[in-house]
Amino acid sequence: MNMDFIVNKETKTVSITKEFDATRDLVWDAYTKAELLDQWWAPKPFASRTKVMEFREGGRRFYAMVSPDGDERWAVQKYTSITPKTNFKFFNAFADKDENLELPGSDWDLNFSEQDGKTKVSISIYNESLERMERVIAMGFQQGMEALLQNLEDLLGKLTQGKTSK
Amino acid sequence: MRRDIFQAIADPTRRAIIALIALQAMTPNALAEHFDTSRQAVSKHLRILTECELVTQEQKGREIYYSLEIEKMKEIDKWLEQYRKIWETRFEQLGEVLEVMKKQKSEE
Repeated sequence: MNMDFIVNKETKTVSITKEFDATRDLVWDAYTKAELLDQWWAPKPFASRTKVMEFREGGRRFYAMVSPDGDERWAVQKYTSITPKTNFKFFNAFADKDENLELPGSDWDLNFSEQDGKTKVSISIYNESLERMERVIAMGFQQGMEALLQNLEDLLGKLTQGKTSK
Repeated sequence: MRRDIFQAIADPTRRAIIALIALQAMTPNALAEHFDTSRQAVSKHLRILTECELVTQEQKGREIYYSLEIEKMKEIDKWLEQYRKIWETRFEQLGEVLEVMKKQKSEE
């Protein structure tokens, strides 16, 4: 299934839906356990590094997105509501390395449902301010560019190797 | 002075102006009739939109008509596209992680 990705500026909400060929138990774990989250949360070439993980209502995940140069972009996700294997919500805000929040933030609502062994994840991200949403989108643009360049580099590396081995 | 395009669309009045002039070129006076704000306020918004290069002006007789730069608006779409790509990459990675987890589970 392709990903549904809808940005609604009127309601300041980004909605993302995606189906995975895995049971809900596995998908839930991948979203809620630090060692698994760190394997996929950051789009390459960025890396996700979780420093604190308390997956419980009132708990938080404090983590950094680390760029290839080692630049760290910290964020905190405060878990506000958890219905095991079905739904969890968190308040997300960028932070400095000492966990001082940069407000405003965004409210995330994640739903998990399984059918025929496949799991659908629906994510809704509400931004308190439109400016913030736009800033995040702009940052995404930057990361997307870096990811593209990295992929290009990988490709060029492979092409070069192919040439020398000939 | 050049401004960030997102500054242009961060304001509801400016978004409304964009929507109006997307349909047809309009004068500041004609635009002001659509809002409760003053003609000066509309002019200020138009100045910001001009600085963002989202609108162009054209003199017709004694009036100045403002129209939308459609190409510039497409930049916003491009940025959104990049944001969408991040989620695609993220989900591809998650798919790979899930495959590994499935294998581990079946081996248990």
